[in-house]
Amino acid sequence: MAGKSLTAGKSLGPVRRAFAPWNDPAAKPFIQFQNVTKTFGDFTAVDDLSLNIYEREFFALLGPSGCGKTTLMRMIAGFEEPTSGHVMLDGQDLVGVPPYRRPTNMMFQSYALFPHMNVWDNIAFGLKQDGMAKADIATRVDEMLALVKLEKFARRKPHQLSGGQKQRVALARSLAKKPKVLLLDEPLGALDKKLREETQFELIDLQVRLGMTFVIVTHDQEEAMTVADRIALMDQGKIVQIATPGEIYEQPNSRYVADFIGDINILEGKVTSTEGGVATLDCIGTGAKVQVTQDGGAKLGDEAWFAIRPEKVSISLTPPEDPSVNAVSGEVWDIGYLGDVSIYHIRLATGATVKSTITNTTRLVSRPITWEDKVWLTWSRDGGVVLTR
Amino acid sequence: MRRGPSWFNITAITLGFAFLYLPIVLLVIYSFNASKLVTVWGGFSTKWYVSLLSNQGLLDAAWVTIRVALLSATLATVLGTLAAIALVRFGRFPGGTLFSGMVYAPLVMPEVITGLAMLLLFVAIGFARGFWTLTLAHITFSMCFVAVVVQSRLITFDRSLEEAALDLGCPPFKTFFTITLPLILPAVVAGWMLAFTLSLDDLVISSFTTGPGATTLPMKIYSQVRLGVTPEINAICSILIGIVATGVIIASIVTKRREVERQRAERLALQIG
Ligand SMILES: Nc1ncnc2c1ncn2[C@@H]1O[C@H](COP(=O)(O)OP(=O)(O)OP(=O)(O)O)[C@@H](O)[C@H]1O
Ligand SMILES: [Mg+2]
Repeated sequence: MAGKSLTAGKSLGPVRRAFAPWNDPAAKPFIQFQNVTKTFGDFTAVDDLSLNIYEREFFALLGPSGCGKTTLMRMIAGFEEPTSGHVMLDGQDLVGVPPYRRPTNMMFQSYALFPHMNVWDNIAFGLKQDGMAKADIATRVDEMLALVKLEKFARRKPHQLSGGQKQRVALARSLAKKPKVLLLDEPLGALDKKLREETQFELIDLQVRLGMTFVIVTHDQEEAMTVADRIALMDQGKIVQIATPGEIYEQPNSRYVADFIGDINILEGKVTSTEGGVATLDCIGTGAKVQVTQDGGAKLGDEAWFAIRPEKVSISLTPPEDPSVNAVSGEVWDIGYLGDVSIYHIRLATGATVKSTITNTTRLVSRPITWEDKVWLTWSRDGGVVLTR
Repeated sequence: MRRGPSWFNITAITLGFAFLYLPIVLLVIYSFNASKLVTVWGGFSTKWYVSLLSNQGLLDAAWVTIRVALLSATLATVLGTLAAIALVRFGRFPGGTLFSGMVYAPLVMPEVITGLAMLLLFVAIGFARGFWTLTLAHITFSMCFVAVVVQSRLITFDRSLEEAALDLGCPPFKTFFTITLPLILPAVVAGWMLAFTLSLDDLVISSFTTGPGATTLPMKIYSQVRLGVTPEINAICSILIGIVATGVIIASIVTKRREVERQRAERLALQIG
């Protein structure tokens, strides 16, 4: 959906900021997975999974290939039935309801446009199944065509469209019936980076405006962070963490999550003190004590990991003046220049490497800190997290 | 470098085509022979075509042949398509391998055996031989050809199209007729044409399974040739060749045109991007 935002300049900020039904104990979940297991032969694709998705939520399923994202989505659409457990939609048990009777629509990864029908007929297909009046169908299809800006292409066959246009037709077709839930299986996979980023914001826009529940499957963590209200990170048929993009990035609950989302330094250690909401770790990797604020997850004597994002580690050529700040010294081992930022790889005396990203705020002429410099790495107590698994 | 075909290529092509088409060309030429002797040219004439019209035996046989071919091709197409769907769609079901083997067996079975087996069956159940036994036999042997053609198309068929239709609220039965069938139609039509031609020119199985009053054209021609080839036979054969050739030409023009249209549309899409 190249071009201007559909809401023409009105910010969605207030709507998006206030939305958090998952924190409200009185809120009723819209889609519910209750101990759902799905096996194919002796292979378990989804393993005793429970999950709540709320009305009007933009929910993302993220995870490595083969972890069961598509299977989960196909159980909502009705193409797969759970081997055990229940899938509920709006309080109604979906088990045994065939796909053509479910109030959900899916946008397929391959788009699955009907090749023998033109764009107009593709979009009208679902409406015709409901026995809608001809005039109403025409109005609705035209509305959808306008929404995805394809009015001029109504009479084209799918093979006469570019990849981006096909994707818009697929989106229009799946939205035409105003489903209660729209399922998107890697909808933007075929688009180039720029078009993809634009489309992501268009999707958010649409979702808020139409007030629908969107469930999106994606491989791309940046995409998930951009569009979703909440992200579920999956691994081998289980959900590892469900949280908002901010939480999942800043407070991963395990090394797996920390490692999957973004770049991170992980250092092994032992908890030597947990006084006053501050955990002190004896890090083998840094050869120094690390102090981290925490809410009590790590117990005294636990084996734990200290995790910190590279952008939260700062580099200086002099030791810090404040002795309460976490600091270690090392040597610049390598520098990766990415344009907007540079990634410094700092080799510590113990042999461990810590990454630090520095924003390149001026044009790069000569680096103030360069290869083989002796440097100090510092970070605040609330810069990183303690992970116990 | 030399361009164009070499002498060797020209000779090979000429010999090859002569080998394939010389007999047919001779047959067509002699159908316009004024002389009654098949091997002596007596000048150009269309009198054998005219006399065909009064040869009731040949006309009857032609009528039987066409009715059997139309009916058996249509039924074989329905059954063959259903068999292909079962084979492709239901994946591995108990006895699936056996089933697919059994559908294809008539493909390699010597016609004499199929014919004989059919004959035995009809005799055993006391089915009076004639038009209907002939049609049944033709359905049996041509069905597997349809199944093969349709199956190869179904294997490459994108199932998410059917899922999309279901997802949009279309029940399975309707999905088959609105999505699946239109998309596999070229294969189904090709299967029908194959079945039709096979039925049209079958001699062996027909001879086994026919009865009084249901003589097909190939059987009639075969029996007359044993009494000596007449120019009339040449004429009717030329007409058959004409029908088949027209069919093939129309089919290839349609395919070609569709291909050209498609390419043009794709170019258009690229320009607009
Ligand atoms: N019909 C099926 N029969 C057998 N195994 C299946 C079937 N469908 C999925 N699987 C298996 O279940 C697992 C999960 O598949 P799924 O398609 O849900 O993965 P995914 O998370 O969507 O992966 P990707 O990101 O690659 O699309 C995979 O290991 C896959 O091989
Ligand atoms: Mg998938």
